[in-house]
Amino acid sequence: MNGPHDLGGQMGFGPVAPEKDEPYFHTEWEKRALGLTLSGGALGGWTIDESRHARENIPPAAYLGASYYEIWIRALEVLLERHGFATRAEIDAGQKQMEPATPKRILKADMVAGVLAKGGPCDRPVETKPSFQPGDRVRTRNFNPETHTRLPRYARAKTGFVEAVQGSFVFPDDNAHGKGENPQWVYTVVFDGPEIWGEGADPTLTVSIDAWESYLERV
Amino acid sequence: MSADHHEHEHDHDHHHGHDHQHDNRYSDMQARVKALESVLTEKGLIDPKAIDVIVETYETKIGPRNGARVVAKAWSDPDFAEWLRTDATAAIASLGYTGRQGEHMRAVFNTPDTHNLVVCTLCSCYPWAVLGLPPVWYKAPAYRSRAVIDPRGVLAEFGLTLPEDKKIRVWDSTAELRYLVIPERPEGTEDLGEEALADLVSRDAMIGTAIAGPRP
Repeated sequence: MNGPHDLGGQMGFGPVAPEKDEPYFHTEWEKRALGLTLSGGALGGWTIDESRHARENIPPAAYLGASYYEIWIRALEVLLERHGFATRAEIDAGQKQMEPATPKRILKADMVAGVLAKGGPCDRPVETKPSFQPGDRVRTRNFNPETHTRLPRYARAKTGFVEAVQGSFVFPDDNAHGKGENPQWVYTVVFDGPEIWGEGADPTLTVSIDAWESYLERV
Repeated sequence: MSADHHEHEHDHDHHHGHDHQHDNRYSDMQARVKALESVLTEKGLIDPKAIDVIVETYETKIGPRNGARVVAKAWSDPDFAEWLRTDATAAIASLGYTGRQGEHMRAVFNTPDTHNLVVCTLCSCYPWAVLGLPPVWYKAPAYRSRAVIDPRGVLAEFGLTLPEDKKIRVWDSTAELRYLVIPERPEGTEDLGEEALADLVSRDAMIGTAIAGPRP
């Protein structure tokens, strides 16, 4: 979707403001927000792709005005409600009113180290061979789905070359919507700055994205 | 009632440019997060002690020192550097750094010709296993919007000015690959061991918004 999250090339946000000796957390609630987001994901009700899409669906004014931990919490609330773990009324009240859906697991303290060390690999085998090889010239497709995609707007309908075949991975455009993992080959595709940004672009700049095979057409 | 409606009301209460807007917003979030933790705990869906362990892990165990050790080893051991080029996930795992947001690692090497810079324009993808939690600026719109169109301007805001003819390669982390920049080894460090070398490698140098060197 062409949501507020798709920020590449937008203007008007001012300078980057790196903070010297930035702490890991700025407030106590950010710590709890991190833990709640990971614990919520562990319930097994949704995939990382669905959670990304929930964040993208935060209304633009709210998204752009929120810190990232706030974005996480807003999306987490939507996901908990969507999957029957808590109702809006329960979340607002901070009190249980009904039994939740049955989670696949509950993240207990003694499981944390193992779960973090294992992570959630997204590579999956596919039976096809890669359609593209390093050095191939490709053009990204031009589409504007209302659904989840990982092809940024700035990189649509642009010509570049394949630098690497990175393996086959879960296809987020489907997986975010419960349509299955449907893995595809993923390629690192490199574009010259002027191809993306046109007149006045930095001639020393190249930008790469990691693109699923169905984002690409042969040139 | 939709979540959006609720959020709209919330924003209205505190979004009119009062001096304390920032404080109010943060105390709003404090109450909101506390309510969420309370109800999920009461429903048996979360373990608050697990949250404590997660926080402690990212405050004390998983941080940029991990990545700095990877870089120092790459500088010291050509075989390890080659392993990083061909299978970064396995090479990094050999040092004990694995798992969440480091499942599919790629190491990208700065050279005299090319400087690498990593961003996630679409969200906040970041190599947690080697760098820990991302800083606020990495997740904020200014960096995410400008890194791909004006990287030299962004780097200047970090105090880094590259030679005009140096190429800049920006890696937008749009899939599940996570990128670690291997900065160039500073001159005059031939006699240093890996721990001393790691001291020269900041978090920002491994994102690409700095180069390696003594802490200013």
